[in-house]
Amino acid sequence: MLRLVDVGYRYAGYARPVLHDVSLELANGEIVGLIGPNDAGKSTLCLVASGLAPGSIGGELTGGGLEIDGDPMAGRPLYELASRVGICFQNPATQLSGVAGSVFEEVALGPMNLGLPAGETVERTKAALSTLGIEQLAERSPRRLSGGQGQLVVLAALLAMRPPHLVLDEPTAQLDPEGTRLVGEALRRLAASGTALLIAEHKTDLLAELCDRVVMIDGGRLVDSGPAAAILGDPGLADRGVEPPTRVQLERALAGTGLEARMLPP
Amino acid sequence: MPPTPTAYHRLNPLTKAVLATVGSIGAFVVGGYVGPIVVIISMLALASRAGVARQLLRASVLLSLPIGISVVLVSVFTRPGATVLFTVGPFDATVEGVDFAAQTIVRLLAISLSIGLFILATDARAFVLDLERRGVPPRFAFVALATIEAVPTLVERAGTISESQRARGLDAEGNLRARLAGLLPLVGPAVITSLTEVEERSLALESRAFSRPGRRHLLWSMPDSDGERAIRWLLVLALIAVAVARVADMQVPGLD
Repeated sequence: MLRLVDVGYRYAGYARPVLHDVSLELANGEIVGLIGPNDAGKSTLCLVASGLAPGSIGGELTGGGLEIDGDPMAGRPLYELASRVGICFQNPATQLSGVAGSVFEEVALGPMNLGLPAGETVERTKAALSTLGIEQLAERSPRRLSGGQGQLVVLAALLAMRPPHLVLDEPTAQLDPEGTRLVGEALRRLAASGTALLIAEHKTDLLAELCDRVVMIDGGRLVDSGPAAAILGDPGLADRGVEPPTRVQLERALAGTGLEARMLPP
Repeated sequence: MPPTPTAYHRLNPLTKAVLATVGSIGAFVVGGYVGPIVVIISMLALASRAGVARQLLRASVLLSLPIGISVVLVSVFTRPGATVLFTVGPFDATVEGVDFAAQTIVRLLAISLSIGLFILATDARAFVLDLERRGVPPRFAFVALATIEAVPTLVERAGTISESQRARGLDAEGNLRARLAGLLPLVGPAVITSLTEVEERSLALESRAFSRPGRRHLLWSMPDSDGERAIRWLLVLALIAVAVARVADMQVPGLD
């Protein structure tokens, strides 16, 4: 379990903290959505939850800390954290190492960095590609991938590290609908394999499909938390700077006409 | 790994690097005509086997040309000598000057052919990974590879930025002044975008245990053999012998 307890965080050079008293738990295999208006602190929370803030980018925790499976992570080297929690950002191009000649090499980079024997690196790489259904990309150059494919390769690269927790900061922000669909399916498969996911997203349709629970952040504080259907169906969501899922919007529009919306089986 | 179409391509990258180093330094140290010409013929023969002779010759001549022209102009007219070929204003063109310029040009050509052959027929990634396998720290290997691999990305990005600036009315065509003026709006966005990406890439790499100390178990190893090892040592020893001979000002038969 990944746990943030009363966390406050201030960026280096800033006078005031950007996160205040944030407490969040991510149980094994759980998918939690993180929503909020722009500049609410979603990306900062993702960095803190992954240990990169303050571990890599500096700044300081003004309170609380990150715990994984009961172990406080403060002061732990980042390479140790890497096998316990991974993070995925918006832009696949900037997350690829830039040194791999093929997708296979790209995905293998993490396990190699962990110092694993070559056999285990190959086994993990193949398994990660298979879990995300992108074995056919193995020999392709990472430079020649679409946005959606690139993001799947990034996820595979993280998965090959076998972290039980993944933090995703708007993983579909730069993707077209097809890319978003591919990543959504991959995330569902990841969760099914037992990986816990914290997904910060503006695309609430994706969160409505995937998440067990949704938390809302505003002004650096968690202001709401609950089952995905309840939070995303909140009539005041749009007024709080978050666009409700299409289904919720449609239901509301139809309700005014006296019609009822029902989901058809796929 | 990329396909390895010829016997030269299949050589271990370190062997090719030693060949390039010994060829370059050898041509410089030995001097005269015979030594550099032997290097030139050897490199062209190897390039021919590697199927890159024409490319190599063109690149080497183009690279050597500007320096060659400067050397000819300076040496021919300023080098003192007993035999004057012709006079241009206050300058005398001497036989000794022509001889010095010719020797410098063959050296230059030998050096550019040696290095050019290595660059044209060696996969940079294979070379760096081979160095890592031989004990070079992974961080150094990563930085070297990232630098090499960043070039095409930067060129691609510069093209994109240039096109978008042109779409907004920037005139980057025409005379030299217009082209230089067109560079400024290109450089800023290219540099700033690269710096932003570096920050995000370093975070992504941290998340993949890049900072872990110690050796990595590489998945690939470049072919190497006792024969190649012997060749490398022989080449290095030959270079040392020639350098020592030159320093001791000994006569090396047949080299001048």
